[in-house]
Amino acid sequence: MKISLTRRYRFAASHRLHTAKLSEEENKRVYGKCSNPYGHGHNYVLEVTMTGPVDSATGMIANLSELDPFVQREVIEPFDQKFLNEEIPEFRAQVATTENVSREIFRRLKSFPSARLERVRIEETSKNSFEITDELEVRA
Amino acid sequence: MIRITRKVEFSAAHFYHNPNFSAEENRRVFGKCNNPHGHGHNYVLEVTIAGEPDPATGMVLDLKELKEILQREVMERMDHRHLNYEVPELAGQIPTCENIAAVIWKLLEPKIKTGKLDRVRLYESPDLFADCTADASNGNGART
Repeated sequence: MKISLTRRYRFAASHRLHTAKLSEEENKRVYGKCSNPYGHGHNYVLEVTMTGPVDSATGMIANLSELDPFVQREVIEPFDQKFLNEEIPEFRAQVATTENVSREIFRRLKSFPSARLERVRIEETSKNSFEITDELEVRA
Repeated sequence: MIRITRKVEFSAAHFYHNPNFSAEENRRVFGKCNNPHGHGHNYVLEVTIAGEPDPATGMVLDLKELKEILQREVMERMDHRHLNYEVPELAGQIPTCENIAAVIWKLLEPKIKTGKLDRVRLYESPDLFADCTADASNGNGART
């Protein structure tokens, strides 16, 4: 039996799906209304899954008193109420799709010191979700 | 293979306290969860069974049977109980989401005779849950 702990967080941000690698015509064809030059936003829900041994002294995989401020500092503060394309440097060179946002958040959270990051899952809307696990991330 | 999931809810009290820690250490590690008067949650438990549907009934496991197992093994033990004092399986453990989910896994696994217990997911709140899963692949998942 394997145990993991998942915590859900929220941030609201705007983005625009557009790449300089494609012509305006192609951008419109590929990204449709997501390519609107003024951008648009979502209430993102971020699920962070940690795994590792349950510490017998605390009964915990990860203490929320460490995990919450870590996620707050690494992701929520930089991402919340921001325009991802301009304000997160990693999205100047790559499209701020939620696939790429998931990968960037995984990269930011995998240094959590006291448990192993197993999965990052993002609900972009209640209908769309994206997830990345450590295995997928290693292969990428 | 098909997975079927049944959900139940129970309400229980708990607090976090390690007798080997000083009072100060308990407060530092567990924060307000250390309040000795306890506090409570509406726990939501999702139990997933995996298996092939029986050709005669079309069912992996009769959900009526699963409902009865959950009633007997989980609800009667934990619903409207104080997890620190009233659940012997948790004695000596801090009743965190991780530990409660593991206890539920151990209670249910031997009772599932048709199909296999695949996942126990226990929500302490909508924003916090623990998963116990069958350790299928390569041990404890402690790849580095």
